[in-house]
Amino acid sequence: MSESTLNDDLDLSGLPLVDNPVMPYLRQERIPHIWCPGCGIGTTVNCFTRALEEAAKDLDKVAIVSGIGCTGRVAGYLNLDSFHTTHGRAIPFATGLKLANPDLSVVVYSGDGDLFAIGGNHFMHAARRNMDILVVCVNNFTYGMTGGQVAPTTPIGATQTTMPFGNFENPASLPFLADAAGATFVARWTVFHVRQLTRCFKEALGKKGFRFIEIMAPCPTLFLRRNRLGDGVDMVRQYKERSVLRNGADTKEVAVGMEGDIVVGTFVDRERPTWLDAMNSHFSSVLGDRYRTYGG
Amino acid sequence: MTADPKGVLTGIHFLDGDHAACEGALAAGCRFVSGYPITPSTEVVERFAQRIPMVGGVFIQMEDELAASITMLGAVWGGKKVMTVTSGPGLSLMMEHLGLAYITEAPCVFIDVQRGGPSTGLPTLPAQADMMQVKWGSHGDYEIIALCPNSPQECFDLTIKAFNLSEQWRVPVFLMMDEVVGHMTERVVIPEASEIEITERRWTKKAPGDYRPFEACADGVPAMTKAGEGHRIHVTGLTHDERGWPALTPKSQDKLIRRLTNKIRDNADALTDIREEECEGADVIVVSYGITSRVASSAVLQARAQGLKVGHARLVVAWPFPTTRIAYLATQCRAMVVPELNLGQMVHEVSRAVAGSVPVLLVDHAGGTVHEPQVILDRILEAAR
Ligand SMILES: Cc1ncc(C[n+]2csc(CCOP(=O)(O)OP(=O)(O)O)c2C)c(N)n1
Ligand code: SF4
Ligand SMILES: [Mg+2]
Repeated sequence: MSESTLNDDLDLSGLPLVDNPVMPYLRQERIPHIWCPGCGIGTTVNCFTRALEEAAKDLDKVAIVSGIGCTGRVAGYLNLDSFHTTHGRAIPFATGLKLANPDLSVVVYSGDGDLFAIGGNHFMHAARRNMDILVVCVNNFTYGMTGGQVAPTTPIGATQTTMPFGNFENPASLPFLADAAGATFVARWTVFHVRQLTRCFKEALGKKGFRFIEIMAPCPTLFLRRNRLGDGVDMVRQYKERSVLRNGADTKEVAVGMEGDIVVGTFVDRERPTWLDAMNSHFSSVLGDRYRTYGG
Repeated sequence: MTADPKGVLTGIHFLDGDHAACEGALAAGCRFVSGYPITPSTEVVERFAQRIPMVGGVFIQMEDELAASITMLGAVWGGKKVMTVTSGPGLSLMMEHLGLAYITEAPCVFIDVQRGGPSTGLPTLPAQADMMQVKWGSHGDYEIIALCPNSPQECFDLTIKAFNLSEQWRVPVFLMMDEVVGHMTERVVIPEASEIEITERRWTKKAPGDYRPFEACADGVPAMTKAGEGHRIHVTGLTHDERGWPALTPKSQDKLIRRLTNKIRDNADALTDIREEECEGADVIVVSYGITSRVASSAVLQARAQGLKVGHARLVVAWPFPTTRIAYLATQCRAMVVPELNLGQMVHEVSRAVAGSVPVLLVDHAGGTVHEPQVILDRILEAAR
């Protein structure tokens, strides 16, 4: 990625940008964006804005929080209250924002390194607490912003600048982590699945609790090139060929590698009281009238 | 305006400094605290957790201090008055978010109950060795405000002041306590809510479209909004323009960073709060702060009993450093003595202000307990010679 890269690749599904119905959801004066040609991040944003439209959300009450990375720049392009925080800490920032103003629908949008390496501890605890936020992870299997270093998602065998002889570290399976930590909604799609992803965003925006969506997306500049995997379009073709839909799949069985199936779908969909609901009902029951029910 | 009575525990109490600081926060209107337990600061958040359900607000114990310090910043943009509380090792973890708080101009209060360091150091024993860390510990150029209470009463009073200053200037404000002040119990008078002055957040009156979230008012401070009001703000830790949008050029860096630092530097004299005693025409002036000022007082009294003219200047505001006033005081005496519970931190600021016009003698201490008054007295006698 480079700050000076100009491109019109926001939408892999091929709509010309000017007529694009997502434009009202973007800070148009900030376009062109910084993402490389063929990068999958823009496609995910496109689906997200369509979902906002379809869900008929009051956009004044939707806030977006990103960490640092190529994906971390998403917050800056969306025409919402948006927060670009520090590397790995979007989730605790979102926690404070949501608790201070529970009327907000708070979405965290960040990269795999941000959310699962430096921010892994926060992910686990926010899921455990069932903080009422939607967490979207664009998983490009690498650290895009810093030039393609090994990430906690990098498959064994893939070459990265800090794994010059191929990665030998075991990668994390993100849906499995989210499920184990207690997320109420866990889904995975790829940027090939634009319609399914849009529907998934819409569904998740309508639910409560700690919701997690993993989106596999190509980073042609660093991950694909270094591993001779072709360009963004080649990767999207791979997603198409390798993906198998398995709603309700056991998250123990959805790990991905350099080859083999990519299991997609909604794996977890359950209800648990959110942190704030639990606090209010607990304090009401133990403190009775002395408790001032908290609503923001 | 005056305090919301819901948070004010009016009356005469016997409280330790940690508890008094918590009451100060509640009186100031703080309704959101995110923390992580660490001795000797934990009692502040324990009391907040106990009190807040009945006042109306949130306490959340986060998974670490990185989380605690940025959860607080999320809550600022959700519209709350906020605070986090820690000690040495936790303070080190909070440094990145001190920088984020500063560059995004988030009003917030950090309480640091200082203990001996470095590292795990002396968890249960006092020091004043974080004075430079709060000023210089986050990367880049920045300015903060730091207040130094020397009693539980001041822990209450200065916590309110800390909140008010953070709202006025939109900077992080530190309350620099220490283990002794945190754990000593004394009388604390909490006035009626109507007698407590509170600085409200400076909410913008501008409509979405007209509002630029980082456009400074005449005093250099921008008006604020919160998420959910329709302003569709962008808040970033990147260098930004008045719209809040990333602006990554030397010119925008110069404009933003100078405005932010000048908010404090240009107002350093107005922010000065020194409690002076018999400084005019003194032979020696003792410059102290926090708990050390109480030990220094007894040394000063003994020196006066021996016939010396000794002044005492206590820094209530340590940052911004009161350079102008200390330089003036140097013209009133022949030497200065600076006792502190570290091996020399604020003494460098005193020396810088004095610029060689009089000798400045440090009375250092590696921490773990307070000074023996005799050691300070010896230094005063030496300075007077
Ligand atoms: C505390 C800290 N450490 C390191 C960095 C440098 N850094 C910026 S982005 C990034 C990794 C981003 O990877 P990922 O989250 O996967 O996002 P992507 O760029 O791939 O979308 C790193 C290490 C930083 N900004 N802050
Ligand atoms: S993720 Fe890769 S392709 Fe996308 S902007 Fe970053 S470096 Fe470019
Ligand atoms: Mg990545």
